[in-house]
Amino acid sequence: MAVSVGARVEQRVFMKGNEAICVGAIAAGCRFYYGYPITPQNDIPEYMSAHMPPIGGTFLQAESEVATINFLLGTSASGKRVMTSSSGPGISLMQEGLSYMAGSELPAVVVNISRSGPGLGGIAPSQGDYFQAVKCGGHGGYRMPVLAPHSVQEMYSLSMLAFDLADKYRNPAMILGDAIVGQMKEPFVQTPYVSTVSQEKPWALTGCAGRPRQHVKSLYLKDNAIEVHNWKLHRKYLRMQEEEVRYEDYHLDGANIAVVAFGTAARVSKTAIQWARREGIAAGMLRPITLFPFPGAQVDEVARRVDVLLVIEMNTGQMLEDVKASTTCHDKIRFLGKPCAMPTPEEIHGALRKLAGRE
Amino acid sequence: MTDKGKDRFAKKVFARPGSLVDVKSHFCPGCHHGIAHRILAETIDHFDLREKTVGVACVGCAVFLYDYIDVDVAEAPHGRAPAVATGVKRAQPDKFVFTYQGDGDLAAIGTSEVIHAANRGENITVLFINNTTYGMTGGQMAPTTMLGQKTSTSPYGRDFRKDGYPIKMAELLATLEGTAYSVRVATSTPAQIRKAKEAVKKAFEMQIKEMGFSIVEFLSTCPTNWGMKPLDAQKRVLGEMSEYFPLGVYKERKQADFL
Repeated sequence: MAVSVGARVEQRVFMKGNEAICVGAIAAGCRFYYGYPITPQNDIPEYMSAHMPPIGGTFLQAESEVATINFLLGTSASGKRVMTSSSGPGISLMQEGLSYMAGSELPAVVVNISRSGPGLGGIAPSQGDYFQAVKCGGHGGYRMPVLAPHSVQEMYSLSMLAFDLADKYRNPAMILGDAIVGQMKEPFVQTPYVSTVSQEKPWALTGCAGRPRQHVKSLYLKDNAIEVHNWKLHRKYLRMQEEEVRYEDYHLDGANIAVVAFGTAARVSKTAIQWARREGIAAGMLRPITLFPFPGAQVDEVARRVDVLLVIEMNTGQMLEDVKASTTCHDKIRFLGKPCAMPTPEEIHGALRKLAGRE
Repeated sequence: MTDKGKDRFAKKVFARPGSLVDVKSHFCPGCHHGIAHRILAETIDHFDLREKTVGVACVGCAVFLYDYIDVDVAEAPHGRAPAVATGVKRAQPDKFVFTYQGDGDLAAIGTSEVIHAANRGENITVLFINNTTYGMTGGQMAPTTMLGQKTSTSPYGRDFRKDGYPIKMAELLATLEGTAYSVRVATSTPAQIRKAKEAVKKAFEMQIKEMGFSIVEFLSTCPTNWGMKPLDAQKRVLGEMSEYFPLGVYKERKQADFL
């Protein structure tokens, strides 16, 4: 349906989060999708298999996630925007390729609609892949931007942003969702894609017509070339930390209890915070939108002015470590963990009441 | 000397192929990578493909392809070259795309990727260098290592009761519908080198005509890790290796067909 926003008419659509990611990717010019089936993200390859061919795009189902990430490597090296999606076990298989792509400075978007683990775990929603995504699970030491959508609207908009960040830094970028935000249906506004980066890729392997041959590689054997390369990559990651921190300030003004949560845990926290505020409890939330780069300075600033910092995660405490590393106010930090399940608004509301001395 | 005689000597009959970079080779004496590289470069020149080729190099001695062949090259993780080549070819179907892989790479860690690329009929060309060992890492046992062959990880010789049998990739890949051309060649005599070049030409033609997946398996040498003099290594290829890994065409599609 069309709704009038000021003078503009914007398209509101009702869709699953997983599908909104696809719509955002296509809007951002992605015409190559590769993947392998795994629950709870199958809506993404299913959507792409239907919608890529009519627009001249390519959908290809790989024999494994190992092959998938290497399809991405080849298409990215060709200078094209490309994406895949998977869930924990499949993302584990992609770690080798992600390390090679980071080392070879190749952009791509990788979506993790995470499920519970470790191992085969379960298909329940989880934020147990925080460490793998944020610290990077492949070998050699590298980083990538990690975006954590908490609504279908953000599944759409952060999908577009992920492509821009990947191209801006010539680096893989990850969207870390979970089964709830992937399967959830709600309306969102299809804001048009406006590119913020150049998509010129003079480094792409397109055949060496009219120029010297070039290579896409991560092997540096001679002299101290690998050391030079490592410092170069490091400077890139520092630049990400300087330029790409994104977070939402939700009623932090005047708050004395600050929730720190991302993704689905943050979405549920919003309801609980609204309930608490109606009761006169001054609760707010700092919601990291980028998990890497992590809004550590903001966490510290908030920690200094509130009484309590309540970290809420759908795991046993992973982002908690980054929160602790960001501030010296450790005595103010509390943790509510719900591994492999969604915390209910009632649970979070109860925790906020307790911290406010209402029970 | 007459003018006529001068002209005769002025005629160039042998030259470095344009696609072969003029650098000193780092390969060991008696190694056949150099021969395979030259055949590859000559064939790229023959079809005038240098400016529209993207190569994919793999992990192992094969990775240094990009130092020698004057074309764009992507480096793939160990065994993944056919998957990387798939990503390149799907994005740029107008480019000529080849992989260059060793036997540890293609026949052990990369079996899944090569089998599925072949089965999809991926329109790429694979040059597969089989020297029955992992050369770069120091001569460990490969899936292609001959029975009884001593390597640094089979010091008592490969025993089929423990390690199974040398894998025959040209035959295996020929069984897949998507494979257009599968051939095994050797490069231990001038006649074999000429035949190998014809096979590589044929494999290139398959891709140019969009017939599907093509693979040329080279029986190669690794005198360093075999502990042999280069000439003895040639004898090994012509003898026991060719007996177990017979040379020849295992599949040749005559036209683009569908079941």
